[in-house]
Amino acid sequence: MNPGKDLVAASATPLVLAILAEGDSYGYAIIKRVAELSGGHLQWTDGMLYPVLHRLERQGLLAARWGASGDGRQRKYYRITKEGRTQLAVQRQQWQVVDDTLRGIWMKACTA
Amino acid sequence: MTPPVDGSSLDAQVAQWRAYLRRRQGIHSPDVEELEGHLRDQLAVLTDAGLAEDEAFLVAVKRLGSLDALSREFAREHSERLWKQLVMAPGAEEPGKSTRTEMLVVLGLAVAAALAVKVPVLFGVGLSPDAELPPFYARNASLFVFPLLAAYFVWKREVSVSSGLWLALTFAAGAVFANVYPFSNSERLDNFPEGSDTQVLTTLHLPIALWLAVGFAYARGRWFADGGRMNFVRFSGELAIYYVLIALGGGVLTGFTFMMFAAIGMNAEWFVGPWLIPCGAAGAVIIGSWLVEAKQSVIENMAPVLTRLFTPLFTILLLVFLVTMAWTGSPINVEREVLIGFDLLLVLVVGLVLYAASARDPEAPPDLFDGLQLLLVVSALVVDAVALAAIAGRISEFGFTPNRVAALGENLILLVNLVWSARLYARFLRHRDSFAVLERWQIAYLPVYSVWAAFVVVVFPVAFGYR
Repeated sequence: MNPGKDLVAASATPLVLAILAEGDSYGYAIIKRVAELSGGHLQWTDGMLYPVLHRLERQGLLAARWGASGDGRQRKYYRITKEGRTQLAVQRQQWQVVDDTLRGIWMKACTA
Repeated sequence: MTPPVDGSSLDAQVAQWRAYLRRRQGIHSPDVEELEGHLRDQLAVLTDAGLAEDEAFLVAVKRLGSLDALSREFAREHSERLWKQLVMAPGAEEPGKSTRTEMLVVLGLAVAAALAVKVPVLFGVGLSPDAELPPFYARNASLFVFPLLAAYFVWKREVSVSSGLWLALTFAAGAVFANVYPFSNSERLDNFPEGSDTQVLTTLHLPIALWLAVGFAYARGRWFADGGRMNFVRFSGELAIYYVLIALGGGVLTGFTFMMFAAIGMNAEWFVGPWLIPCGAAGAVIIGSWLVEAKQSVIENMAPVLTRLFTPLFTILLLVFLVTMAWTGSPINVEREVLIGFDLLLVLVVGLVLYAASARDPEAPPDLFDGLQLLLVVSALVVDAVALAAIAGRISEFGFTPNRVAALGENLILLVNLVWSARLYARFLRHRDSFAVLERWQIAYLPVYSVWAAFVVVVFPVAFGYR
């Protein structure tokens, strides 16, 4: 069961921030990590990650630099900034609220 | 698809994909770089998993998502990119000359043009704020700038030495014909009823004649391939628009110069009159040309847009004028200004036709706008025929003067162009001919204007005794 488009879009920011909080990374590796974490259930159109990364960079949540990849090409690496970590914490609380609420009603549905 | 798949064909496929991506407005080259990195990572994984390279390519491209959706996302994120900017990113289009060198060359030429204007001062022909413009300056105005502009194109397009020499010879000839003739009286320009008409004609026609030489430098050998001439027409229109914009900015600069120095009790006139305005006007031609060259693909071309806007308005003007004239029966009042005015009207109509042609897809079928163009051309012809009849009457009554002959000659040249254009337009609208025929006719006709202008410069002063 794969989540719909809106849900994927909404979860993109916290996911990217959380993945980068684990360590610096680049586009392709981030996609791979998302697939890994979701067990392949979270399907992104690969290209769509980049506008998200650029938006977060513009908002100052990420910093980017060009570095060498293994095979001599240039690769754009992203790093989470301090504001990014703050934002991640905020998002985490928000998702927590959503999660708690849904959990609450579903528990009730189960017990009723 | 193609059976033999090796690394090079994959690279070719990736290169093609890159080029395709590069054309998208919202996606800039660093983004293409980043996306290509992604594509190649994906390809490596897929080929390791045992896919053939072309299969891997198809899968990887598909995973990136549709280009339309992708560029839409990029455009939404980078909305400022839709306002095309004057970015002269290194290696954007022309790898040959670095933008930095080009900027230096352009600045050097612009300064040279600005200084060239002041060279005659060394020989005692100066510009002063309170005197009239000396006729020497008026006659030679184009010679201060056009050779340098041609030099820019000679440098930029790497024109051969022999063509460069021919160009130099042309400009030298222009300088000779502008200055050897002993124009009668000629201290000032503004009293031309009594002054030398032929000198005024030289002033007006020399730039038109020499512009063709600039065109040769611009098109470099591609002159006879039609694309070269059409591009030069586009270039001329854009340059005119840029020049007006720069002039507006220059006007603001001049105003502030006066205002600020007046505030501390100084009069800046000695600087503005003889230095700022003439030097700025000369330098701006070079700078404007460079901007047109640099931005070609960056900013929407303005000349065709203005054409679309004004073609209907001028058509209405001409039709209303014709109806009014027919209704009231008032004859055209033949003054010198009227003669020149109707020439200018024809120039304008030819310009509208030319720029409409320059922006048109020659393959497209005729549409309403083409009908409008034909209407414009035909009504201009009718108006001109009426004016010509009046002018002919005046000539038969009062005889020939240099002005009347020049105006008549120009009128006939433009008339021939428009009559034939009208015919070609009509054939095109009835699907007899393609639009390309009309376009070819328009650009094939271009040198005629310059040749006639050169004729006026060279022959008229002698023929009319420097009158």
